[in-house]
Amino acid sequence: MSILGTRVVRTEDPRLLTVGGTYVDDLRVPELEQAARVTFVRSPVAHALITGIDTSAAEEAEGVVAVLTVSDMDDLPPPPPDSGLTGTEGAPLPLGGHWSEPLLAVDKVRFVGEPVAIVITDDRYQGEDAAELVSVDYQPLDAVVGFDEGLASESLLFPPAGSNIAVSTGMPTEGAAFEGCEVVVEEMITNQRLAPVPLEGRAVAARWADGKLTVWVSTQNAQIARFILAGALGLDPASIRVVAPDVGGGFGAKVGVDRDALIVAWAAKHTGRAMRWAETRSENLLSMTHGRAQRHRIKIGGRPDGRILAYRIEIVQDSGAYARMGGFLPFLTCLMASGPYDIGQVETGYQVVVTNAAPISAYRGAGRPEATAAIERAVDLFAAEIGMDPAEVRRINLIPADKFPFTTPCGATYDTGDYVSALDKVLAGAGYAELRAEQARRRERGDVLQLGIGLASYVEITAADADGGEAARLVVHDDGTATAYTGSSAHGQGHHTAWAMLVEAELGIPMDKVTVIHGDTDLMPAGVGTHASRSLQLGGVAVQKAAVEVKDQARRLAADMLEASEADLELDVERGIWQVRGDPATSMTWAQVAAYAGDAGLTAEVNYTDGKPTFPFGTHLAVTEVDTETGKVRLVRHVTVDDAGTVLNPVLTEGQRHGGIAQGVAQALLEEMVYDPEGNPVTSTLVDYAFVSAAELPSFELLVSETPATINPLGAKGIGEAGTIGATPAVQNSVIDAVSHLGIRHIDMPLTPARVWAAISEARQGR
Amino acid sequence: MIPAPFTYRRASSVDEALDLAAQSDEDAKFLAGGHSLVPLMKLRLAAPSTLIDIGRIGDLSHISEADGHIAIGAMVTHDQIARSRVLAASVPLLADAAGRIGDPQVRHCGTIGGSLAHADPAADLPAVMLALDATLVVRGSSGDREVMASDFFLGLFETALAPGELLTVIRVPKPASAGWSFQKFSKRGIDWAIVGVAVQGNNVALVNMGSTPLRATATERVLASGSGPHEAAANAAEGTNPPTDLNAPRTYREHLARVLVRRALEEAGSRA
Amino acid sequence: MKVSVTVNGGEIAAEVADRTLLVHFLRDVAGLTATNVGCDTSSCGACTVLLDGSSVKSCTVLAAQADGRAVTTVEGLTDGSGQLHPLQRAFRAEHGLQCGFCTPGMVMASVSLLAENPAPTEEEVRTALEGNLCRCTGYHNIVRAVLAAASERRSS
Repeated sequence: MSILGTRVVRTEDPRLLTVGGTYVDDLRVPELEQAARVTFVRSPVAHALITGIDTSAAEEAEGVVAVLTVSDMDDLPPPPPDSGLTGTEGAPLPLGGHWSEPLLAVDKVRFVGEPVAIVITDDRYQGEDAAELVSVDYQPLDAVVGFDEGLASESLLFPPAGSNIAVSTGMPTEGAAFEGCEVVVEEMITNQRLAPVPLEGRAVAARWADGKLTVWVSTQNAQIARFILAGALGLDPASIRVVAPDVGGGFGAKVGVDRDALIVAWAAKHTGRAMRWAETRSENLLSMTHGRAQRHRIKIGGRPDGRILAYRIEIVQDSGAYARMGGFLPFLTCLMASGPYDIGQVETGYQVVVTNAAPISAYRGAGRPEATAAIERAVDLFAAEIGMDPAEVRRINLIPADKFPFTTPCGATYDTGDYVSALDKVLAGAGYAELRAEQARRRERGDVLQLGIGLASYVEITAADADGGEAARLVVHDDGTATAYTGSSAHGQGHHTAWAMLVEAELGIPMDKVTVIHGDTDLMPAGVGTHASRSLQLGGVAVQKAAVEVKDQARRLAADMLEASEADLELDVERGIWQVRGDPATSMTWAQVAAYAGDAGLTAEVNYTDGKPTFPFGTHLAVTEVDTETGKVRLVRHVTVDDAGTVLNPVLTEGQRHGGIAQGVAQALLEEMVYDPEGNPVTSTLVDYAFVSAAELPSFELLVSETPATINPLGAKGIGEAGTIGATPAVQNSVIDAVSHLGIRHIDMPLTPARVWAAISEARQGR
Repeated sequence: MIPAPFTYRRASSVDEALDLAAQSDEDAKFLAGGHSLVPLMKLRLAAPSTLIDIGRIGDLSHISEADGHIAIGAMVTHDQIARSRVLAASVPLLADAAGRIGDPQVRHCGTIGGSLAHADPAADLPAVMLALDATLVVRGSSGDREVMASDFFLGLFETALAPGELLTVIRVPKPASAGWSFQKFSKRGIDWAIVGVAVQGNNVALVNMGSTPLRATATERVLASGSGPHEAAANAAEGTNPPTDLNAPRTYREHLARVLVRRALEEAGSRA
Repeated sequence: MKVSVTVNGGEIAAEVADRTLLVHFLRDVAGLTATNVGCDTSSCGACTVLLDGSSVKSCTVLAAQADGRAVTTVEGLTDGSGQLHPLQRAFRAEHGLQCGFCTPGMVMASVSLLAENPAPTEEEVRTALEGNLCRCTGYHNIVRAVLAAASERRSS
């Protein structure tokens, strides 16, 4: 009986639960014993010229080693040329040229929190004191806040560019697609700016010694981080070692290495003293990359019998002050725009505008939640317009199970799926008919607490950068243990458990004898890392393939040892024993075979590049209760199918679904990163940024569905972001559904009590 | 994230605390549970040069029942108030409200004295004190004085405490009516109230409807004339000056006040 | 000033700046880095430890306030024989942690919860943990872990 597919608790946990993880700020290694502390001086204004920086008072403060500004950065290579919009989700995509982002601010600041100077002190406490003494003169400029001011380009963030519109794809001419649609509905919707808020903020330590730079950084991609560091600092990658210790959450915001971390690494090289930095939560909310921030003009057209014929989405992406990955995310939104539906005509396009806010980058879902939120709102609006049950409208339009692989007008080819089954499972699991009956009863009675039932059917793209592949190296040692080196880079996902399961399943070496190593470029120079929900389907497959290669090598060695032919050798996976078929006396352990391999070792290295993007899918159903006197929303139930193919370890998969759902619900009901009209962040602490807690959530109801991928031997797609993608629109649709009988057809997120109340109040006045 | 430097002093008695305050600069602060003050200091919104820790003064940590009132030491924590059998029996409004402040960790440290002296208009206990007609005992260099709760809260983070004075005891009269209710409306369980209502008998007090806690005097007048919750709540917002902020425009707060006062009066009525 | 705190049963004494936060005393002076700093507004609870048996946010307590008192961190939960605390066992069994950063604080808050309320309902668990934020788990399995540990302790 293979261990694959069974519930296995994590090997990571005993350490995490007893002595805690070792995150960057926990490192107590000899190399960092004399490390100085970095404290950033950040812009308190959203848009201004820097007319002077006076560091003299700070330099005199207690414990100050140095105060550095851009004028000290004379040892850096020139900025890279315009990189355009090529590349994958796997690396930040700065637009170069006019739109370049410096390390320390040069002559201008473009968002509150932008780094302007660094104060280096012997200890942490002194840093904040000294940073207050750095005096920066700002000449304020008009702040550009929000989509419209970005588009209007009256105040320019990059005057030489002549506009704040950094990218514009153009839109198909409106009209043609919707001719022949008896029913057409339009709406403007906003997918609001969010802060990722991993519990561990950004943190980095760096040391330059003997011509080598060692950087410990809270990252999702040690290898990519190394290349970015090399480019930014003008170093040969071979002279850089990047180590990702335990990482306290990433969610896409820790892809590669961040600008602020590059500054710290530079400071270590520049001063010759080891440096460390761990941001405060306020810094994190202000200056770690944000997520989402798209505005959509959506238009959906079809027939009164429920058939959707056309869909159009025009996107404005607020990329914040610098078009990093924000310049690319709407491409993914357009790719997935039509969702799980068979829609004949789909028109998409986008503009990317820079604004005086923190840069936008990947955040759990990275462009796909936006696509799903838009089409799911559109479907509900269409359903309301024709007076049809939204479940029924979905059923009529979902791509049927016999149509896969299915290529959409947006250019995505969905590999495998059974979308109708997912919908039916969720409707049955939730007891849809009874929910509608309860809703009807409450409406009839005019209850204060009204019930809302919201659906979202989704499909999403994982391993969008599959062509980058993933690497693995497996070594079996002469004591019978094994080490699996992986290019994947877990930050909570449980890869060590999953990869050990794969080795045990293939080789019969028990999990507790398998060590998994990741995140150290000295030990694993090749690798892409963990984002885009790519790890199991690429990194896990690479580990499995390495195990298969090791098995083949071992077969040859064992045949040699036993003087038998390879064809007669078999591996008893249950016991991890090699033997000649039918001759138990000939058993060889892994330890013996590995020892026999001698200096060459029993090892295999795989770079798996045969993967392709895969398309998990599902349906979410959210039941909410709305207090129509106050607008307060309570999420009562949340039922899901999230089908990401064959499940390796249900424990891990469920955990990813739970976490994703919580973040999705949080976007729908609570969270928003808000700037005032002058570009000052209003939600700059966790008191004001409404991060969801346990008290706001129910337990979730997860249903099982496994429609295997066919592209890889594990049948695996990626589960990491699916929960988030499905949850947000289900909850939004649910709340709007709860008050739709009052004539309300749309409410933008987050559906805070004030927002919901405003909609109710307006609707009641309108009557 | 780190407070500006300060000098820490510890007092073992109220008199010693007052002496230490007299010896320190004017900006010296008493440190009770620290859960109003230390967060401000960490954000450097407050930077007293001296903190006088009164956390070990045993005299301030008692809840005692006397004739007609309960005396609560200023250093009694929210958690102790929430679990107090004496208060659950005699002043359930206070026990209930204290049990809903922040989260358990905050309640283990935060004190009633600290909360009242801090006088955040979004805090729950100041309004509860108004609803209970509590008396606050203050000790200064010239001895003890008593301040009615209605005279204690003067403005935003401003109280009747003079520099160097220490709030020592809160005296809560045992309510005549068994009717009480505490309504706390917020986005998340851990949040400050967007609007809160404390009702004890016909006393109605409001949280976060102005720069201080307020009695809903218009509502109380209507109640006194014999009207029911619905009518009385209709002008709950009269005389208030609620803020507009991230969570609520002013008009929404006024609306919430009316709804919550009605609900509070209905609930109080069901208990009376 | 000199501060002396009994941490996990052992005395830790040091001369520290008056403004030293308890969490930094634990991490940097006592060398116990399991307790983490996750925010600067006493919101997230990653720094939760027990102070004289009750959960507190150690980022909001001065080391000076803990002088002469007893602190328990997650490193002090395992008993002398290496036996895991029921909550540690339950968190693992129920997959109540992913990246692990919030976990020490979450576990200590749960220890305090069960000490005060040995038989909580799901709603009571969720409310009691509203000061402990987690981004990874969605809380679903954390709640299961606490309920499982409560149930185990009651039956033992």
